[in-house]
Amino acid sequence: MLTGSSRFRREGTDSMTAIATTDALPAQSARTAFEPVEDVVRAFVVATMFWGVAAFLMGVVIALQLAFPLLNLDLEWTSFGRLRPLHTSAAIFAFGGNALLGTSIHVVQRTCRARLFGGDLMGWFLFWGYQLFIVLAATGYLLGVTQSKEYAEPEWYVDLWLTLVWVAYLVAFAGTLMKREEPHIYVANWFYLAFILTIAMLHIVNNLAVPVSPFGTKSYILFSGVQDAMVQWWYGHNAVGFFLTAGFLGMMYYFIPKQADRPIYSYRLSIVHFWSLIFLYIWAGPHHLHYTALPDWAQTLGMTFSIMLWMPSWGGMINGLMTLSGAWDKLRTDPALRFSVTAVAFYGMSTFEGPVMSIKPVNGLSHYTDWTIGHVHSGALGWVAFIVFGAVYYLVPVLWRRPALYSTRLVSWHFWIATVGIVLYITAMWVSGIMQGLMWRAYDELGFLQYAFVETVAAMHPFYLIRALGGLCFLVGSLIMVYNLRMTVRGAAVTADGAIRATA
Amino acid sequence: MAFRHDIIERNVILLAVLTLITVSIGGLVQIIPLFAVETTIERVQGVRPYSPLELAGRNIYIREGCYVCHSQQIRSFRDEAERYGHYSLAAESMYDHPFQWGSKRTGPDLARVGGKYSNEWHVAHLADPRGVVPESVMPPYSFLRERALRADDIAAHLRTNRTVGVPYTEDMIANALADLRAQADPEADTTGLLARYPKAVAGDLDGDPRHLTEMDALVAYLQMLGTLVKFSDYTLKDLQQ
Repeated sequence: MLTGSSRFRREGTDSMTAIATTDALPAQSARTAFEPVEDVVRAFVVATMFWGVAAFLMGVVIALQLAFPLLNLDLEWTSFGRLRPLHTSAAIFAFGGNALLGTSIHVVQRTCRARLFGGDLMGWFLFWGYQLFIVLAATGYLLGVTQSKEYAEPEWYVDLWLTLVWVAYLVAFAGTLMKREEPHIYVANWFYLAFILTIAMLHIVNNLAVPVSPFGTKSYILFSGVQDAMVQWWYGHNAVGFFLTAGFLGMMYYFIPKQADRPIYSYRLSIVHFWSLIFLYIWAGPHHLHYTALPDWAQTLGMTFSIMLWMPSWGGMINGLMTLSGAWDKLRTDPALRFSVTAVAFYGMSTFEGPVMSIKPVNGLSHYTDWTIGHVHSGALGWVAFIVFGAVYYLVPVLWRRPALYSTRLVSWHFWIATVGIVLYITAMWVSGIMQGLMWRAYDELGFLQYAFVETVAAMHPFYLIRALGGLCFLVGSLIMVYNLRMTVRGAAVTADGAIRATA
Repeated sequence: MAFRHDIIERNVILLAVLTLITVSIGGLVQIIPLFAVETTIERVQGVRPYSPLELAGRNIYIREGCYVCHSQQIRSFRDEAERYGHYSLAAESMYDHPFQWGSKRTGPDLARVGGKYSNEWHVAHLADPRGVVPESVMPPYSFLRERALRADDIAAHLRTNRTVGVPYTEDMIANALADLRAQADPEADTTGLLARYPKAVAGDLDGDPRHLTEMDALVAYLQMLGTLVKFSDYTLKDLQQ
């Protein structure tokens, strides 16, 4: 139980007692009882798994399209150009987004000992409003309705709807923080709040556009050329920094202590790494534009801050991993915790790789190649998806009041199949990306370019096959998870809440 | 500790405001000077707004997600200059709402593809990429040849572009639909079109002069890419940002 305060004193700061101590099921609470909004969180968990499988499936499909272009089917709706945004948005916004909304609503209620601001009505509005956003965006992509800004493809009408939902989300989240029964705001909530606020800022600025007609889908973006590129990658990199990092760090700060049954390793480190992370991340965008028409000073700033970003990123990793000190043995018995911890390890790896790739000469080789794609997936599969899997394996028995998961063996299977999948994926992309970059710049002994572009395309084929196999492993793992969760939910509920906690 | 983080942790408003300030700084420093510093966009002649047909083609390029696999940004490397041409200038995309620099080269860069291949090559390649380049992994776009270009509202598109800063004149907007049709019609008088949009590639674009198709528009767009600036007029010093 995380209710005893004595162990937090090990660090010698009293404030530490205030964080991580506040969570308990309402029934167990010695203080004011409250009824958390839970149906909505359950719905978000189901949606997370549904969209997750959809995103992984789309990933496998488009990976195979690059290996076998016949799979584009010569239909306009199924070409790679239209399906790729479907895959990225499904992974980031549908799978990741539902996980973030669901867990943040769960965490903020538990750690504030307060019911969601706006109650069930607010919760269901957020749920259905967000699903509508996903469906509007996805149908747009298939029909060719896109702004062509990466990870901000939805057109103006979808953007407006998301803005509305997002403001409601901010109100619900901040409102719950306001009416908290705990004196302190727990560290997970700092990250969730920073994620909600920053995404609002990024989303609004990057999507400023003028529609051609209020009855049509097409709009023209307010900015152009080099300024638009800068705004886009300010957005794009911070979609990574705040959607895929800050939000999921919030998840880490709640679920790893819960799973390991240990307090956060260092309160001071969490303060330092929170403020430095959110300050530095926002500067990193220009590393997507090295050696382009973006002025040099902006490129240099982007590179410098990207390298500095390594430190707060590893601050987060250390805080997550060291939380297990004294509880490492749990990794043997709890494969769900294994997901969370491996996620943090992948987070450490990709936040090291990122700064390396942001160094201009390295970027000169890696940019425009599959190396970037591999880097993104070590983050997206290794960090984001794994931390979600860990959280969902923990949450389902808690939310559905089940004594335990249906099968920990299946969790183990999922873990190893998914891990092998990631390793296949990222190693294939490392090799193909670096090879591609080297082939583009290779000269023969007479001083001519050695390879025609199409030769580099042909050389990618075997690696595209390995990548597709890796993706397939990841998809199979997620199906095992869905089966396991389904069986868990179908099992008998326990009546005493205490029994859940003992096993979860 | 003199400073107590406590205070921030106990106050939602304070936490939110400090967070917003912290995350705003980087963007402000990096974005605002790009609008303010005049040398950001090189002073070169020749860059003009897209002709109506090119704009329609560009919208098809966006619709099909071509940017997902093709960049339009040549970096300042020797091998890229030899493979694709002069490195890209900021000025060359100054009328691009949004920009199409891309981030991945599953296929080659297209920033200067204009004029490198014939119209016939583009049509054959778009309709059946592997018929022309056997190793290609590009999806086929044969439907573009069959589909009539819907462009009745092209003047509204030009006007919206003007709202966001592209210098389309009243003359250009008034003649938008006529210019669009003239560019794909080998029989048409293109004097007005070429006066308004120098270097526009007009004529039989998709091999079927009787119908105005989406293929016409896309080929018109591809054939002008990177052709507007005459680099022999400038030294590297002129192009410094």
